[in-house]
Amino acid sequence: MPYEPVLLANIYKKDSHTLAVYEAGGGYRSLRRVLKGTSPADLVRMIRESGLRGRGGAGFPTGLKWSFLPKDHPGPIYFCVNADESEPGTIVNRVQMEADPHQVLEGIILSCYATRASTAYIYMRWEYAQCLKRMQAAIDESYAAGYLGQNILGSGYSLDVYIHRGAAAYVCGEETGLIESIEGKRAWPRIKPPFPAVEGLFRKPTVVNNIETVSCVKHIVDRGVAWFKSIGRPPEPGNPADPGSFGPKLFGLSGHVNRPGCYEAPLGIPLRQLVEECGGGVWKGRKAKAAIPGGLSTGVLTEAEFDTCLDFAEPMHAGCLGLGTGCVTVFDETYSMVDLLYNACRFFAHESCGQCTPCREGTRWALQMISRIKAGQGRLKDLELLAEIGNSIGALPGTTICGLADGAGWLIKTVLRKFPEELEQYIKRTNAQGYSRCEPAVAMTANNHG
Amino acid sequence: MNQDKSDTAICDLLDAELRGRIRGYLPRYPTSRAVVLPALHLVHERLGYVPPQAVVEIAELLELSPAQVQDTLSFYGFFKQDQPLGRYRVWVCRSMACAAREGEELLEYLCQKLDLQPGETTADGRVSLEFAECLGACDHAPAILVNDTLHKQMTKEKIDELLSSWE
Ligand SMILES: Cc1cc2nc3c(=O)[nH]c(=O)nc-3n(C[C@H](O)[C@H](O)[C@H](O)COP(=O)(O)O)c2cc1C
Ligand code: SF4
Ligand code: FES
Repeated sequence: MPYEPVLLANIYKKDSHTLAVYEAGGGYRSLRRVLKGTSPADLVRMIRESGLRGRGGAGFPTGLKWSFLPKDHPGPIYFCVNADESEPGTIVNRVQMEADPHQVLEGIILSCYATRASTAYIYMRWEYAQCLKRMQAAIDESYAAGYLGQNILGSGYSLDVYIHRGAAAYVCGEETGLIESIEGKRAWPRIKPPFPAVEGLFRKPTVVNNIETVSCVKHIVDRGVAWFKSIGRPPEPGNPADPGSFGPKLFGLSGHVNRPGCYEAPLGIPLRQLVEECGGGVWKGRKAKAAIPGGLSTGVLTEAEFDTCLDFAEPMHAGCLGLGTGCVTVFDETYSMVDLLYNACRFFAHESCGQCTPCREGTRWALQMISRIKAGQGRLKDLELLAEIGNSIGALPGTTICGLADGAGWLIKTVLRKFPEELEQYIKRTNAQGYSRCEPAVAMTANNHG
Repeated sequence: MNQDKSDTAICDLLDAELRGRIRGYLPRYPTSRAVVLPALHLVHERLGYVPPQAVVEIAELLELSPAQVQDTLSFYGFFKQDQPLGRYRVWVCRSMACAAREGEELLEYLCQKLDLQPGETTADGRVSLEFAECLGACDHAPAILVNDTLHKQMTKEKIDELLSSWE
């Protein structure tokens, strides 16, 4: 592709993770400049103008989020960096932390300076041992070089950065679950408001941003707002809810493609182009059947929908929850949507934190029904019941505290809506005797290790 | 828990060095409760599990109620409480991208080979088997994590090799 990567520019250099290589490539130059002559308020304004939207899944405008912090707060203000990356299909934060931890760190320091945060916690999923090693080494190097700690580069600004390790729970990635987890409690998402910007970690004003988001901050400071806005897509005409999709984006590719991996492209690249040019097409010479555009929670696209552009607005027109994490998983023509649905329902049932009854019970019922279908005891009626669950659970319909249930619901309802014949045929084929029955069927035969 | 036994157990489970490492996390946070997860990780790493007595000792060290520590511990599937883990803790990813590349078959294969169900440990204390939800390594599917090491693009043959290389 002619597109020149920015976020991934460093990763192929030898020892890309070290301070020496990072500095040789111009690293921490922006930080020096900002600390000399840019006020935090100017920096917030710059990020607002850039149109940067969060890369963690929800696409919330970053500068706007920062501007919700109370003015003149005596502090402390906390900055949480979301490195939980547990959304199935999602890999890009891992690549960034392993290969270019100083880029991430410079982004964190700049973001903390802008928000006047005095402590940052990087919430890292436990499984990322190599990321832990690399990020901790980068933090140590930065303290030694005076980029972290007291009175950074003589500016009077002080910042501490700590890594906080998770313990294998998806819901820790939800921003208030993450906050509870840092506080040492079970990661039960909080009812909002109050929003973290007003009352977050340790009841203080708090910002939560994704690893890739803060990395973008670094490059906006480096190259300017005009550069950032020259990449990506402007707001959709006639769609007041869309502030545009600007800047570079990291895309993951997994599933049935020839070259799975982490790729960088402008926001708005068509999914088909990503799969063909970056992923080398579908494996084994097969055709694609479906794809998940941005992590399991975003729902499913059919092959006919592969021309969808991966920006913050278009996936919704194709019925998806949103762009999500931009990490695409492709399924070939031989893959069963019953298996996908079963896998997804099992995931959400396992990861529901259990606070909200519609989520706890809904994900469990969905798993029971799809297990029954998979085991050849499904009834056509089950599809209606599943659809009912898909439509009724989540923070968007207003029945749950956090978005985990929305993800579960979205996957269920998009699969049901887009692959009805396959599901019906599966049920009729595997349960020829009883598929039309309506009364509750026989006992469960779920192969659920959970 | 038996009161007079627990006094002696205190010195047995968390030694001075481990206590020092746990206390070392206190300056990072404004509350001692925030040290619960780091403390659980440290104890888990040292003992291979966090038995109830360790919960009591962590609580005492952080000036919390044992119920608060237990509450946190029980939320995170990562921590074991009944018996120490095996030397090799094997996490087999069963989520979407790995399942699409036969990750679940690998889990079944390991269950058969080791005669274990996920969550169990071999009698000789060598291997603990777990399923994992997405390990964040979907580009390397099917992926397996063994303690701290990620194993990529796994096959049954590679699993055989791994198993025979472990003492
Ligand atoms: C169940 C659930 C899991 C989430 N997991 C993550 C995650 O692993 N990483 C992440 O950055 N955001 C995750 N999010 C989104 C966060 O709540 C939050 O929106 C994000 O971290 C904000 O950062 P951003 O504005 O920079 O995107 C998750 C949300 C939900 C509902
Ligand atoms: S929606 Fe589900 S995961 Fe989120 S708080 Fe409610 S029960 Fe927990
Ligand atoms: S699905 Fe297995 S590592 Fe992501």
